[in-house]
Amino acid sequence: MFDDFFIRALVAGIGIAFVTGPLGCFVVWRRLSYFGDTLAHSALLGVTIAYSLEFNIAVSIFLISSIIALILIQLQKKTNLPSDALLGLLAHSSLAVGLVVIGFLTFIRFDIMGLLFGDILAVNKKDLITIWVGGALILLVLRLIWKPLFASTVNYELAQAEGLYPDRAKAIFTILLAAIIAISIKLVGVLLITGMLIIPTAMARNLSDNPQKMVVFSVIGGLLSVFIGLFSSLEFNTPSGPSIIAAALILFILSLLKIKQTIQLKN
Amino acid sequence: MSLENNILVKLNNVGFQQNTKWLVKGVSLQVEKGKIVTLIGPNGSGKSTTAKIALGLFKNIEGEVEKYTNKIGYVPQKISIDWTLPLRVKDFMLLTENLRDDTVDEALSMTGVSHLKDKNLGNLSGGEFQRVLLARAISKKPELLVLDEPVQGVDFTGEIALYELIKKISEKLNCGILLISHDLHTVMSATDHVVCLNGHVCCSGTPIAVAKNNEYKALFGEHAAQTLSIYEHKHDHVHSSDGEIKKN
Repeated sequence: MFDDFFIRALVAGIGIAFVTGPLGCFVVWRRLSYFGDTLAHSALLGVTIAYSLEFNIAVSIFLISSIIALILIQLQKKTNLPSDALLGLLAHSSLAVGLVVIGFLTFIRFDIMGLLFGDILAVNKKDLITIWVGGALILLVLRLIWKPLFASTVNYELAQAEGLYPDRAKAIFTILLAAIIAISIKLVGVLLITGMLIIPTAMARNLSDNPQKMVVFSVIGGLLSVFIGLFSSLEFNTPSGPSIIAAALILFILSLLKIKQTIQLKN
Repeated sequence: MSLENNILVKLNNVGFQQNTKWLVKGVSLQVEKGKIVTLIGPNGSGKSTTAKIALGLFKNIEGEVEKYTNKIGYVPQKISIDWTLPLRVKDFMLLTENLRDDTVDEALSMTGVSHLKDKNLGNLSGGEFQRVLLARAISKKPELLVLDEPVQGVDFTGEIALYELIKKISEKLNCGILLISHDLHTVMSATDHVVCLNGHVCCSGTPIAVAKNNEYKALFGEHAAQTLSIYEHKHDHVHSSDGEIKKN
């Protein structure tokens, strides 16, 4: 059954949507969109290193993104630059270095478009295992740190004072972000992963009045985006990443109608 | 039980420095089970900082903090809930600990806000929000309660009722309370021990002793000392919410 490339892409997309839903909520709540972007940009460097050293791509991306996250935390402590400037610095320099390294790797044929925007044909059976096993692990760890992470998202000092460990939860969450980027890059691509984290979640925010609901709607939104996006990618021969994100955008626009309705009801 | 066992948290000569400026220095105090310790002092005198030191929120402090409990309820002075996070009162109640539904209901009705349970946190008024914060802190039946200006924004009668509630909680749960306030006279009736701060401990003792202290008078003025001592004489009665005087 997994011999068909489209089925593989679909199964991969479903696995990714289950993980980006809850993680995306925290990205939005904690205002980490640009942080996610930075990690994703650095993923390209991870890919090139994986190719040149003939190393596992997902592991390589995961390691590089984690290192970039650590560098960011150090720079935040040691310099007086604001976080958004540091994020920009790291995002673009790691993207640039990644592309320069690709230029040197003339002995390998590279599909840059596939790396940047995802490729429906690129997902193989091994990737499916990586996505589902990795995804399950990410969700399990997120479940374990949920309480301290959520409490410190609402109020850091309250969480700290009442005996939860917010710093530890934050560090683990950063690693989880690096991990989801690592496993979803083939399908969604470097430039659009943050969109997968944020847009279904933004849609969910419009439809929810409590955090649990927002997580559920975020997963549903992600799943619908994957279905609609992949079918249209097949139909119109468009790259998979942009098709999924465009589908998510349409769902977001539809969710705005709900807000309009609620506002009218209030008046 | 020995006195030693009743101590919940003890600060030994603590201080905290930020950007080479000492926010507080040389503060010693202790909170015991069933006792209310009140920190008073002008703005910027280090009241909140002292409370945060007691809670272990700062890493590089001078002196030492001995803490004998992990069951802590905290009402911070400032808390803002981001609109990106949809949060109802009942979600907020479970923030740091999973509680049974009837426990949540009990705490909310104690602070008089059970009707707000399904409301969104962002839609509450300042006073309502403050009552929810207090309900959340007491719902987990803590051994130590740290309340940083818990009645800010609450109307006057509500304020008195809440201070009475705080007194009742300390008796019922037998917990220690570290209370920060600048409403001098309302807070005093319930307090066992007052610490007057102004970057350092300027004086401390029973409310009546502090009120007579010259340094306290210098800090707050003669008038404050009068209201404080007047209140001491009055504390054989309580006011019901309509203002009527009831004998204890």
